[in-house]
Amino acid sequence: MAGNTQGITNAMVKIKNVKKIYETSRGNVAALDGVSLDIQKNEFVCLVGPSGCGKSTLLNILAGLEQVTEGEVLVNEQPVTGPSSDRGIVFQQYALFPWLTVEKNIAYGLRNKKLTPQERNDITDHYIAMVGLDEFRKSYPKELSGGMKQRVAIARAYAVNPMLLLLDEPFGALDAQTRSQLQAELLTTWEKEHKTCFFITHDVEEAVLLAQRVVIMSNRPAKIKKIVEIDIPHPRTQATRMESQFVELKNEIWSEVYIEYLAQKK
Amino acid sequence: MKKKTRSRSTVLYSVLSVVIFMAIWMFISSTKAGRIFASPVRVVEAFVKKAQNGAIWIHIFSSLYRALSGFLLAFACALPVSFLMGWYRPFRLIVEPWVKFIKSIPPIAYIPLIIVAQGIGESAKITVIFIACFLVMVIAVYQGVVGVDNTLIKAARVLGSNDFQIFYRVIMPSSLPHILVGMRLGLSAALTTLIAAELTGAQVGLGQMIQEASMYFQMDVVLLGIIIIGIIGFLLDRMVAVLERRLTGWQETRKV
Repeated sequence: MAGNTQGITNAMVKIKNVKKIYETSRGNVAALDGVSLDIQKNEFVCLVGPSGCGKSTLLNILAGLEQVTEGEVLVNEQPVTGPSSDRGIVFQQYALFPWLTVEKNIAYGLRNKKLTPQERNDITDHYIAMVGLDEFRKSYPKELSGGMKQRVAIARAYAVNPMLLLLDEPFGALDAQTRSQLQAELLTTWEKEHKTCFFITHDVEEAVLLAQRVVIMSNRPAKIKKIVEIDIPHPRTQATRMESQFVELKNEIWSEVYIEYLAQKK
Repeated sequence: MKKKTRSRSTVLYSVLSVVIFMAIWMFISSTKAGRIFASPVRVVEAFVKKAQNGAIWIHIFSSLYRALSGFLLAFACALPVSFLMGWYRPFRLIVEPWVKFIKSIPPIAYIPLIIVAQGIGESAKITVIFIACFLVMVIAVYQGVVGVDNTLIKAARVLGSNDFQIFYRVIMPSSLPHILVGMRLGLSAALTTLIAAELTGAQVGLGQMIQEASMYFQMDVVLLGIIIIGIIGFLLDRMVAVLERRLTGWQETRKV
């Protein structure tokens, strides 16, 4: 929160030795095997790893949608016990309410906040404008393209002003062009507001472009394999992808992920 | 422009459809089969006669009253039961097998049982219609409740909704299309069961009118009764269709 004066040493999110074991009919499956990670306030952290390694499990635990088997997750020193509007999610499948228009989808989370109707409308208008969907405010999700749907989902998550934004492969279902467009938009928004983001992807280039730190996860049962600082200055643009530092970091991370991918195949 | 010509051709074909159908009917009634298939003219005459002495309205009214009260009672009970089934596993495991079992029995089979228990008054008929409608609707609505996209529930939760809000802001609207399908199925079950119940014993009602007329070989009245039931069924179905268009236009549907 704003009153936090202890500075960067006091992380906003503390994931402490988290283990997650699923009980299935074929026995226990360990998804996370002692994951520890701190996320600072205003930081943009990307998590990459081979598919099925437990990235989403970690995100769901952070959101409070799943419980840890062992270990602890603290957000602002408070243990996470369940979902809360302090931690917003953007899902890969958009998860828009199909019976609500664009503006009502964006305003959904505001209904639970103590706001005057005027404030509610102002906030909604602000985020509709942020994602550039003024023309479509009265449209239903079925009338929107995939990219537009995801813009609505991002605006909806932002509108409730969460402390932490969790993004679960949000651009995974989009075509390449739309994806790079939305990456650029997200980047611009972050450069303006510095909302703390935890972003899951399997696209290494996306991770390097967006993040300040890229966290690489191992195969299941997942551990944190390596954390790479991305000290490429902001603002970053499409041209950033061409810089040698960017390419080097991308290759470094990609080789780490690839080793895990090969190990998984065996 | 194109839309206009298209709607005009739709009207044209609808008129053509009625004309062809009436022609076939007139033709059949002019042959030997005419003893059974009264001509449209005779059916209209029968209608005018029954409308003048008011008998037809009493038949229509009492049939509609039975069908709709059975249907509405069933609707009111089916909603909470199907939502409970979709929400609480133990409730579903206890209730579902019985719903499926009784639904597989044609109502005609248990009509005599209910008539013996409740007599041939109104309550017996409403009970039969209630049972048939209830079972059909419970199954349809339950499908909707369990079919709610789990990600939507998660999304609502992280946007700050509690269980109760999730129920009426996510589960309810999300199952609305299935509720309307349930209403359509329920109405058609109501009509089917109504006539079956009235044929087995009633003082008034369209089913009774048909039954009585057939005993005196008044085939024009029999046909009249059949057609009125058809019209009622058609109109009720259209009414739900209008509701459907107004309430669930947000659904992704393919265009035909």
